[in-house]
Formats: sequence, C-alpha cells, structure tokens
Amino acid sequence: MRGEALSPLDGIPIAIKDNLVQVGEATTCASRILEGFVSPYDATVVERLQAAGAVIVGRTNLDEFAMGSSTENSAFGASRNPWDVARTPGGSSGGSAAAVAAGIVPLAFGSDTGGSIRQPAACTGIVGMKPTYGRVSRWGLVAFASSLDQIGPFTRTAADCAVALRAIAGHDPRDSTSIPEAVPDYAAALTGDVSGVVLGMPREYFETKGADPAVLDCVHSAVSNLEKAGAKVREVSLPHTKYGIAAYYLIAPAEASSNLARYDGVRYGHRAASPRDLADLYHRTRSEGFGPEVKRRILLGTYVLSAGYYDAHYRKAQQVRTLLRRDFEEAFRGCDAIVTPTAPEVAFRIGEKADDPLSMYLSDVYTVTANLAGIPGISVPCGFVRGLPVGLQILGPLLGEATVLRVADAWQRRSDFHLQRPPEIA
Amino acid sequence: MSASPPVHAKYEVVIGLEVHVHLATDSKLFSPAPVRYGDAPNHDVHPICLALPGVLPVLNARAVEFAVRAGMATHCTVHPRSVFARKNYFYPDLPKGYQISQYEEPICTAGWLEIEADGGARRIGITRIHMEEDAGKSIHDDAVTHGEGTHVDLNRAGVPLLEIVSEPDLRSPAEAAAYLRTLRCVLRYIEVSEADMEKGQFRCDANVSLRLHGEAALGTRNEIKNLNSFRFVEQAIETEIVRQARILDEGGTVQQATRLFEPATGRTKVMRTKENADDYRYFPDPDLVPLVIDPAEIERIRIALPELPDRKRVRFEAEYGLPAYDARLLTADRALADFFEDAARANGTPKSVANWILRDVMQHLKERDTDVSSTRLAPEALAALVRLVDEGKVTAKSARELVPELIEKGGDPAALVRERGLEAVSDGGALEAAAAEVLAANPGAAGRFRAGEDKILNFLMGQVMKKTGGKASPAAVRDILARRLRE
Amino acid sequence: MSRITREEVARIASLARLSLDDDESQRTTTQIGAILDYVAQLAEVDTTGIEPTAHAVPLRTPLRADRAQPAMPPELAVANAPQREGTAFVVPLVLDGEES
Repeated sequence: MRGEALSPLDGIPIAIKDNLVQVGEATTCASRILEGFVSPYDATVVERLQAAGAVIVGRTNLDEFAMGSSTENSAFGASRNPWDVARTPGGSSGGSAAAVAAGIVPLAFGSDTGGSIRQPAACTGIVGMKPTYGRVSRWGLVAFASSLDQIGPFTRTAADCAVALRAIAGHDPRDSTSIPEAVPDYAAALTGDVSGVVLGMPREYFETKGADPAVLDCVHSAVSNLEKAGAKVREVSLPHTKYGIAAYYLIAPAEASSNLARYDGVRYGHRAASPRDLADLYHRTRSEGFGPEVKRRILLGTYVLSAGYYDAHYRKAQQVRTLLRRDFEEAFRGCDAIVTPTAPEVAFRIGEKADDPLSMYLSDVYTVTANLAGIPGISVPCGFVRGLPVGLQILGPLLGEATVLRVADAWQRRSDFHLQRPPEIA
Repeated sequence: MSASPPVHAKYEVVIGLEVHVHLATDSKLFSPAPVRYGDAPNHDVHPICLALPGVLPVLNARAVEFAVRAGMATHCTVHPRSVFARKNYFYPDLPKGYQISQYEEPICTAGWLEIEADGGARRIGITRIHMEEDAGKSIHDDAVTHGEGTHVDLNRAGVPLLEIVSEPDLRSPAEAAAYLRTLRCVLRYIEVSEADMEKGQFRCDANVSLRLHGEAALGTRNEIKNLNSFRFVEQAIETEIVRQARILDEGGTVQQATRLFEPATGRTKVMRTKENADDYRYFPDPDLVPLVIDPAEIERIRIALPELPDRKRVRFEAEYGLPAYDARLLTADRALADFFEDAARANGTPKSVANWILRDVMQHLKERDTDVSSTRLAPEALAALVRLVDEGKVTAKSARELVPELIEKGGDPAALVRERGLEAVSDGGALEAAAAEVLAANPGAAGRFRAGEDKILNFLMGQVMKKTGGKASPAAVRDILARRLRE
Repeated sequence: MSRITREEVARIASLARLSLDDDESQRTTTQIGAILDYVAQLAEVDTTGIEPTAHAVPLRTPLRADRAQPAMPPELAVANAPQREGTAFVVPLVLDGEES
C-alpha cells in the first residue's frame, strides 16, 4: 500500500439508481414485482466504479422501472425536491438527482431513456448527462426501452461529470450495442474556451406551446453569455421536433412491454399467493407487482405491437425516428452543439400531474429527441424561476461528449447557479 | 400403413415441414453457458439463460457459421444482412417472455433439397432457414414432480436452433420421411448438428392439408407439433390425412388448428384453433443490431464446405463405376463414404470393396447399431481382406467369418488368416484327390455335364468345398472339375 | 369516438397477462385513448420510402467466440425462486402445449 489513489474517484462515496444491479444487493427498480430479488451479478458500471475505488453508499429511488418524470411512481413513495419538498425532483432518476442536490453524495448515477437524467438534473439545479447511445454499457441496467436507455452521471460540475463519465464509458463485449471506440480524456477538453464554437439554437424548441417564458429567458441569457465569451450562435431547424413525444411514447412502451414480460413470478421476485393455475399465477403476480404507470405503458406497448396496429404505430414511429435523426445530422453540419431548455417548466408539485399521464409525458418534450437520435446531452443549471432551478440543455453529435462537456464547463466558469444550495439544506 | 387408396385417388395430399435442429456449438446462442445434455435441472445456466434483470444477448459466431453452411448445403440464398426479432409469448420455460428469432429478414431463403421419391428424384423447395434460441423444458412427469406442479429446467433455454421451413411440396407421408432423412443426412455431413432425434436435436412440425386433384388453391391446413421420430412423422401425417378426408367426404370443412401428436395413442389433439391463435407481437430486438456478414466470410465458408451427398453420389457412380443404388447407400453417411473411399484407394478394386461394405460390413454395423467410424475396422484392413479374397488366398466364406472380429477388435487380416489356418487350399494334389473322390461318388454327373447341364458343376463344386472344409479356392476347384469332366 | 374500446383493452391486457378491474379498465381505456389521440398526429408526417430506425447508432452485431464459460452454481441460479424443488423452478401444473 503506497497510498496512491486508484483513480480520481478513489474513496468517493457515490449513489446509484436502483435499476443497476450489484452483487448481493436487492435491486428493486422501485417495483413490488422485484420484491426479494438479490442480484448474483454486477452491472458493468458497478464493476468499473468499484475498480476505480468509488464507494457505493446507497441505491436511489426512481419512478418504477424508470417510467416517469417525477419519481412519484415508486413502490417506496415519492422522492422530494431539496429546493421545495412539496415538489418533485423530476424523474425518473429523481433519487440520484436529489442526493447530489442535497449534498448527500458528490456523485450519483442514473439512467436516461427520454430525459430521466437531464430533466431531474434541471429540476434540482445540478449537472446530469446522457452520453451517446452505446457509449456506456447497459449490461446490468434493468431495461426499460433498450434502444433508448443510457446510463450517465449526476454531479455539481461539468468537470466532475467529465471524470465520472470517463470512469464508466467504453466498449463492453457483453453489450451488443456498445460502441467499440476508445474513450477520450474528457477532462482534457475542458479548456474554458468557447471562442469559435458554433452553438445552434433550434427555433422549434423555443416555440413550443406550454413552455414557461421565464425558463426560456434563463436559457437565452445563458446563450448570450456564451456568445460574449466568443461562441458563435446560429439558428438551426429541427423540423420534426414536434413529433418527438409521439414517436417516443410509441417506441418506448413497445420495447418496455416486451422487456417487462420476464417478470412472471417464476424465477425471481414477487409471486401471487396460492395461484389456482398458471394463468392465475401470471395475471395476479403481474397485476399485484406492477404499479399503474407501468401497467399503462405495458398495455400501450402491447397494443402498439399487436397485429393490425404495428405498421400504423410502431413502424411509423420508427420512420419518424429516422427523420428526427436526420434533422440532427443536418443541424450538426452547421454547428458544434445545440442549446435548448432542458424542460419546459420548473419542478412541478407532487401529485400535480399524477392523474394526467399525457401532460406528464409532455414534460419530456426537449429531452426525448436526443434519445431517439442517440446523441449525447447534458443539463447544466442556468438560473432560477420563482426560487426553483432551471436547466440549460447542450446536445452534441454522436460521440460528441467532449464538445458538450467543454461548452457546459465554459458556462459554469462564467456562472454561479451551480454553487447555490437549496435553502432548506443550507 | 398407408391411407386407403380411395383417399389418394380423390385428394392430393399437401405437406410442408418445419424442422428444428440444435446446432453443435459449445455454448448457447446468446449466452456463454455450456450446451450439455442430461444434466440435472438448471446446472447449465448463466444469468442470461435465467433472463435476470439487466442481462443482454451477444451472438455466438459459430452458430452463424453453421447457419450459413446449412443454407449453402440446401442451395439457399445466404443473406449478408439478417435481423433478429422478438417473438413475444408467455410460458414458464420461456424465461424472457419472448424468444429471439429471425422473422422478416432470415439468414437464408429460397433453397431446395433433392429427395428420392416413388416416382424418382424430386426437388423439395426450402422456403427459409432462420436462427433462433430454444426454450427450456417443462417437466410434468409425476415421478419427478411427485404431483407437485410442473418443474422448469432452463438447461436447454438458449441452445442455438435452426428452423428449416420447407415449401408445401411433399405429397405423401413417405415423401415427408424421405425429406427428413435427406435433410438430416446433409446436416450431419456439414457437421452443424448431430441431429440426434432422441436427444431432441432434430424435431419436426408438419403442416398437412388436402385438396381435390387438379384444384389450384390449397386446402385448410392443420399443423401437427411434437413429431420426434421418423416413424411418428409418417404415422401422424397418415392419421391426419384420414381425419381430414373423412371430414371432406362428409361434406364438412376442415378447421385450421394446431394439433399435438401423442405418441402413446398415435392420435393428435387440438392445442389451439385459429380463433385463439397467439398474437406474437414480433419486432426487431433492440438489444441486437442487424447481423451483417462480410461477403469474404461467406466465401470462406463456401470454400470450406465439404462435398455434399448428392454430388458425392454422382462422383461415386462416375469415378468408381458403382450402380446408383450402391452409391446412394455408401454416401448416406459421411463417415461411411470416407471409409469406402479410403478402402477403395488402398485396395484398387472399388466395386469389390463396395460389395463387401454393403453386404457384410453394413449388416454387422446394423446389428451393433453403430457407425463405421466408431468401430476398430480400418479401411486398410478391409482393403487387405478383399484383396486376399480376390487373389484367391482366402475364400469369401472364410473372409466373411473374420469381419465381426475386425469390426470389434481390429487387426491385420493376413495375420489373422495365418493364425487361424484359413488359407485357401489351392494345392493341386489335395484338390485333385478331392475332385476325383467326388466324381467317383457321382458317376452320372459327367454325363449330365456333357449333355449341357452346366449347373451340375456348381453342385460338384459344393461337394469338393465341403470336403476341404470351405478353404478350397473356388477358382481352382472349378478348373480341376471342368478339366476332369471334359476328359 | 375513442380510438380504443374496452374490449380491445381487455384483449391486450390478456396478451400482457394483466388483470384490470372495472374501474382500472375504464380509466385505462380513457387514458390510452387520449395518448392514441395525441400520437395520431404522426399520420400527418410523410414517411414514404423512409427506412425505420431501430437503433440510432449504426453498429454491426458483434460476434462472440463459441467458448463455453462455467455455468452458475445451480443453487445460485434458483436462489431467488419463489418456489423450487431441488434445483428446479416450480410452477402450478401445466399440461403439455397448454396455453397459459
């Protein structure tokens, strides 16, 4: 023992979202259906973090199976926002976001399928990043929507995010969708200099119905600041943006309906008491085990894939996905990064959208497109509206994490929103 | 066991087969768990086979190579791009709640296989070959479960399968069986599967329908599942033909259904009807991306493909001058064909060697229920034995007695002949004496021979052979007798 | 008119092996109907000749060498099972070929 650190994460206490498996630990996904399940294997990110010397001190709350934008849909109860405990921390990785925002841990990990890292980061005034699809191995991440899910860090700063991302990123032969490319030293890209960097502002994102003008003002002011620092700002167009939510809410539930078929009470997890027969075992186990939002998405996804509806729904959504992807390809020909709000409004009140799933879904309007297109995105604090944090989203092209982090870091060097602490904690 | 002739006179039988073949890989299709047979429940599993939360599939390279080989051997188009989809349904031995299979874009399509049917050779179309994973096993046997529910064993879950789907080109239960035998033979040739039916490595579902002769449209089909032996296939199809013919004869209509064959009774029972057919909700598996195979890799596999049975048969006929029937028998099994070629090369008289293999060696192999590669009989030994016979150094009768020993223990035929004193007697003195005795004991024989009754010579030869204990060289005996009879 | 009927909801619930009581079934029909109304806007997008995207990142499926790894200890394989006997999982009696 020479006392040398294994890595920059050596000895750092961290928290992980309770949908990442860890040997000997219960993984619940905040669902009754996984009652009693203890994993016999580690997720790749868990292995890499432990090898780097990080100490996992807790597993954090989430919307059941990562389905939600508020961390209210949990078998263990709702998580609260440190900035206002009557409000949600966003979701689905609300537990991880709240843990970092409240200063419990300096680093936590979550998963982002339609915004589940970026939106809670925005809601709680911290940094949250979704890397390029395939940049971080999904081995050991309990699947929600396999073609969209990606693991990423929550930190206070883009600089910490760069270090954390490097620790978990890289090719993994156990994940067929893992990208076989070397991981750059992201921290080295953080020069603080954005002169000459071209930032695209997609007009469609600033014209979205229902967006809080005060939130848009924060974003505009951050962009102006970056422009003063030497960045070039240019308007870009992502014409299919308005179809993002619709495509997402067909594709994600379809994949989820299949991914969640394994929870059948046969090999692990909850099983209904004294089943009459096999059909009874399946129906009661799954009906007792899953919460309302998960059931709703399983049903929607089952419908979307079922005979007679597949082409009009699933296939159509995947074609629209192609158009969304091309929108970004086209936009990135004219800019290095795209800047947008992370969410249309600040954190909402617990229970506010509980009975209206569609309005809950619309809070993902700015984030789902990055998942559909596979590109990386980060949310960094860029102001406060009525005392609640606002997030600036920076999107990059495929494998453009270094650029995204560089812009985020440059912004944080010129702002102090990330240094503020929730009043109830402070 | 054939439907009464009126059935066939009135209706045309239309059969298509779906064959599931286990690929002979060391590990499973999407998991590194070992593929083994006969282990205790759940002894050959990995978190992937259990569908634990968070696991992901990674495709086995060898399974892909085997699928390509099978496609080439059945004259299919091998597609450089194919896609894995999920087939969603619930069953306790299907741990993920879906099976990973190929659906809209399979790896191979549009091939054919030539079978030997009543009317000669027939080409049977192959619609497609796709890769998929096997399910586990549900065990209902009371002896195991003690009446306490059904046991689920996932050892087999994830074992790589090829599903080979034929066109509805087969016209009788016998043709169906011939197709299956030919297919099995080809798959064993290219060494992608042991295709052992008893181990469940070669399973068959049959689609059967009837239509009036001359009718263009196909009749309503029934699918019969669980046909795990050639005999069951013929039996089940035959039963189904009779059942459908009876319905049609009475003016009824056949209902589309999936039926399960029950070996114990030889009957089928309905599993499900069209109305409650499952909705499998196929969609491309988002955990896997399209399988893309380099044309160079496809070419490498093509070059490495062994000679296939039909081509080998034609070559055997041409190169060794064998009758078609003999060539077919010798090429039915790759090990046997190789054995023949090695022995023929060592001996120099392929026809003799072929006769000895087909007549004597095969009989003993059948009795022992084994194949030639698992015996101790070396091709060189058979070649030597046949040469000894052809050179008159040992009689066929003596040689035949040595075959079982060579199969079981191996050894050098020349040495065995010496040890046992089986050398053919061609010594002039001894044979002359025996011939003289036989002729003396059959005084009328010479007269009948001269009167043109050639067959008498065979009788006399038999008498001389008897006197020499079967060791006399038949050629020498014939010469001596013929000379003495003409004197 | 709603885009989905209670009968269709019942059919998909059965496909998904979920039971819905009257109340849930009513609520679910309304909610899924509203979502389907919303997603119906995709119909206005011209997707003629557009390839569907299953994955945003263009990758080739990686292949794994056919080498078997040791199996899990069987006791560990069934450690999470709600019901087991020996190393087998146990479910209520299923007849061969029976649909659940």
